[in-house]
Amino acid sequence: MTQIELPKYSAKDFATDQEVRWCPGCGDYAILAAVRKVLPDLNHRKENYVFVSGIGCSSRFPYYMGTYGVHGIHGRAPAIATGIKSANPNLDVWLVTGDGDGLSIGGNHLIHMLRRNVNIKVLLFNNRIYGLTKGQYSPTSLTGHRTKSTPLGSIDHPIHPISFALGVEATFVARCTDVNKGGLNVLPDVLKAAADHRGSAFVEIYQDCNVFNHQAFFYATEKDTARETTVLLEHGKPLIFGANRDKGIRFNSTRLEVVSLENVKEDDLLFHDETDPALAFLLSRMHHTQGLPEPVGVFYRVNKPCYEDMLTEQIEKSIAQRGEGDLEKLLNSGSTWTVSE
Amino acid sequence: MNTPVSAVDRKHTTETLEGAVIRFCGDSGDGMQLTGGEFTTTSAVFGNDVATFPDFPAEIRAPAGTLPGVSGFQVNFASTDISTPGDKVDVLVAMNPAGLKTNLADLKAGGILIVNEDAFNNNNLKKAGYARNPLDDGSLKDYKLYKIPISRLCEESLAETGMGAKAIGRAKNMYTLGVVYWLFDRSLEPTIKHLTDLFTKKKNQPEVADLNIRALKAGYYMGETAEMFQSRYIVPKAKLAPGKYRQISGNEATALGLIAGARLAKKTLTYAGYPITPASDILHFLSAYKNYHVKTLQMEDEIAAVCAAIGASYTGDIAVTGSSGPGIALKGEGIGLAVMTELPIVIVNVQRGGPSTGLPTKTEQADLLQAVYGRNSECPCIVIAARSPGDCFDAAVEAIRLATKYMTPVMLLTDGYIANGAEPWLLPKMSQLKPIEIQHPTAFNAHSDEAEGEGNNVYWPYLRNENLARPWAIPGTPKLEHRVGGLEKAQNTGNVSYDPMNHQRMVDLRQAKVEKVVQDIPPTEIQGEKSGDVLLIGWGGTYGSIHAATERLLNRGHKVGTVHLRYINPLPPDLGEIIRRFKTVVVPELNKGQLIRIIRDRFLVDARGINKVQGKPFLISELVAQIEAMLPQPRVERAAR
Ligand SMILES: Cc1ncc(C[n+]2csc(CCOP(=O)(O)OP(=O)(O)O)c2C)c(N)n1
Ligand code: SF4
Ligand SMILES: [Mg+2]
Repeated sequence: MTQIELPKYSAKDFATDQEVRWCPGCGDYAILAAVRKVLPDLNHRKENYVFVSGIGCSSRFPYYMGTYGVHGIHGRAPAIATGIKSANPNLDVWLVTGDGDGLSIGGNHLIHMLRRNVNIKVLLFNNRIYGLTKGQYSPTSLTGHRTKSTPLGSIDHPIHPISFALGVEATFVARCTDVNKGGLNVLPDVLKAAADHRGSAFVEIYQDCNVFNHQAFFYATEKDTARETTVLLEHGKPLIFGANRDKGIRFNSTRLEVVSLENVKEDDLLFHDETDPALAFLLSRMHHTQGLPEPVGVFYRVNKPCYEDMLTEQIEKSIAQRGEGDLEKLLNSGSTWTVSE
Repeated sequence: MNTPVSAVDRKHTTETLEGAVIRFCGDSGDGMQLTGGEFTTTSAVFGNDVATFPDFPAEIRAPAGTLPGVSGFQVNFASTDISTPGDKVDVLVAMNPAGLKTNLADLKAGGILIVNEDAFNNNNLKKAGYARNPLDDGSLKDYKLYKIPISRLCEESLAETGMGAKAIGRAKNMYTLGVVYWLFDRSLEPTIKHLTDLFTKKKNQPEVADLNIRALKAGYYMGETAEMFQSRYIVPKAKLAPGKYRQISGNEATALGLIAGARLAKKTLTYAGYPITPASDILHFLSAYKNYHVKTLQMEDEIAAVCAAIGASYTGDIAVTGSSGPGIALKGEGIGLAVMTELPIVIVNVQRGGPSTGLPTKTEQADLLQAVYGRNSECPCIVIAARSPGDCFDAAVEAIRLATKYMTPVMLLTDGYIANGAEPWLLPKMSQLKPIEIQHPTAFNAHSDEAEGEGNNVYWPYLRNENLARPWAIPGTPKLEHRVGGLEKAQNTGNVSYDPMNHQRMVDLRQAKVEKVVQDIPPTEIQGEKSGDVLLIGWGGTYGSIHAATERLLNRGHKVGTVHLRYINPLPPDLGEIIRRFKTVVVPELNKGQLIRIIRDRFLVDARGINKVQGKPFLISELVAQIEAMLPQPRVERAAR
């Protein structure tokens, strides 16, 4: 019913008068522009949006959105967002975090928010580096990565954000890139799909840190390579990729392999099934350095009850069964006795 | 029900006492907490004033029969006004040698000692470190010793129920309670009702209820028929202020106070916590009150809990988090965010012995400086403290009122002693509690030439009112979209600001706002003399001990006055003037001296401390002795009061 009176928004309505302060060329700009552009299409009231973040370059995001917002503390955005959504389930809560914010200091909170299936949209800006603190390695930095704090190369094994999200029972898991010069710009579609999902939606966004980890994802975003190193996931469709869409992915026993469509029929390719967690996990392990394209789009999407809905339901049920709480009665409960004058 | 009628009893003499202190002790598996709790409720319902001190080990089940596994419950019940569970014990009930060993020192000379003789076997004696059986070696000759084969008698009396040996063994605490009920001429009815409610109605185990009730009665009849005791004791009703009472523990009162506060504000309560002793019970109580629109979130840790509270507060709920010891340490950064975003949250700290994991089940008051100062940078919080179990209710309501009025976090300090201890509580009337006024703006509040749109009207999230509080617009309100966060904000507009003078101003404002709370602090009440030799300044859960010690000192003719602080940050505005009326200021605390530092700092007074960190409350006697040592000789004996 709110649809009728809903004002027609434009991207400008979701901007603020605050100067955006990311470095020139930072991938965050493209993501900001995409979000501002997508929101007007979602037909939700502007005053119902709350953008929540932790700390990091990426986490400055709420200051640049003309919505309600909380710029929290490092890693804790999922907990703050859970409090917001629990207090008012009607709000559209979006969470912006970084690879350090969300997977290092805040990894625990992200685990629990996703597993509880709180209806919150998570955008994890993965630049494989700590941007704001000027370039230390992060939990997604590749082994051997030389940074200020790893002059001889990182000795950590990196986390795969998509595998992580699947492992902690997220009900919507997707990936996209900040920009795509190769024509496969799935960011707006993934944002819309995340918004439409009822439950925790986890979106990993490959993001270029122009200053401290420039070109980390160029293989996946540049014109001449993007089509060869990424593959779009579409539910019920075969995995086909390449500049000429002439390659596909096929099961070879339990492993995935690249085949040429010249010798293999489409029907023999791997067909994507968004509801299969095992398949989603397998896809999350595909890496271009192993000669496999990295999937973008929706890996996994299933329906499960949301935390805040069950929270509300328990309260409503309790009221239905025991009646609206009467405090005077509650105070007088248990063994009471009266002392007279 | 076939309950014995008391009072008419010719075989025994009866003695009337003003009051008595009983301690039940035994293995943590012996059910001593339930036993003590039952005795307390029965006495309270009868009309005594009561005060309790449950004392249990940190381990759920330390090895049976060992000293660390001993659990105790002390109850003081009287026909007069009492404020502590009592220093020394009149009656000690020891269910095993370990209990006897750890508790005997607190039994008065000549006191009654009831033991379960059957538990004093070689194995148990060895575990408790007794070389010889103390029941036989004459070492207990200073006490009225009653050796009762409780296990055997209980077993015999329940044999016909056909229940298993284990279940019967478990009922021996009720048998023991029956004996003590007989000794003190108590009615069995409240306990029978409670056992029926608990086992028959709630757990659907009528056979267990029956077993326990039989044990209770058997114990009672044993006292009546065995001619073991020479005399029975009567503790008449106390003259309490008229009104309706119930027993309440501090944690339950805190939970009810939080619900009441939210009601008074006409708002929903969100409580976010993470299990930790001794704060968990607040989470448990609140989880059961969903039909009061209470949302309880058991988060993944204490950091998440404070952050969820901040999120709920931004969204317009009455938001509370609670914890103890290490959990409060984890919340520090989150509390800073609440101070910076100027959002109202209440942090309940049920203090326990520390540092680190420390003494989880024991009490202490050593988090005061943490509450006032323990965060990075200039990060002032309102800090208040509850003084007794029932007072937790009022303190919780006050915490919500202050947090929402000044838009800032409030730390509410309670402690393990008052959280688990119980007292008769004069029920408040909701209609007599002051409503908490909260307004969420729905319209622009300022005009700015720089602002675009709608006639240059804007919403400024940091435009302050006369209390220096900022407005609390909540998400979902059209046109008032704004961002808050941990970065410094410009006064009025709330935009991120790195301007040096703005930072100075905002730091000053956040401080000034907390200091404004002095306008809400009522005149400080003084117990005893209004001027004189010694002013005692106490805070929190030591109220009962300090109050009783003051009475004693006054009775001995000392010129003593006592104030007990609810407001710690800021301090009451009249405190400095009161301090100047006394020659000496003494600050008793269960820590190494924390409030005293603030008092010295604020008032430049050479205050002296009485400090104890043993995980236990003050004894009245130790306070009196230490204060007397600081006093000039008493002049006149005042008539006993
Ligand atoms: C408790 C705490 N520890 C450390 C920091 C410093 N810090 C700020 S942002 C950050 C890392 C941010 O990395 P990421 O989340 O990847 O965000 P990016 O800047 O790359 O977008 C760190 C370590 C902090 N603000 N708070
Ligand atoms: S440091 Fe990197 S991530 Fe941060 S704003 Fe600059 S380019 Fe972007
Ligand atoms: Mg990063």
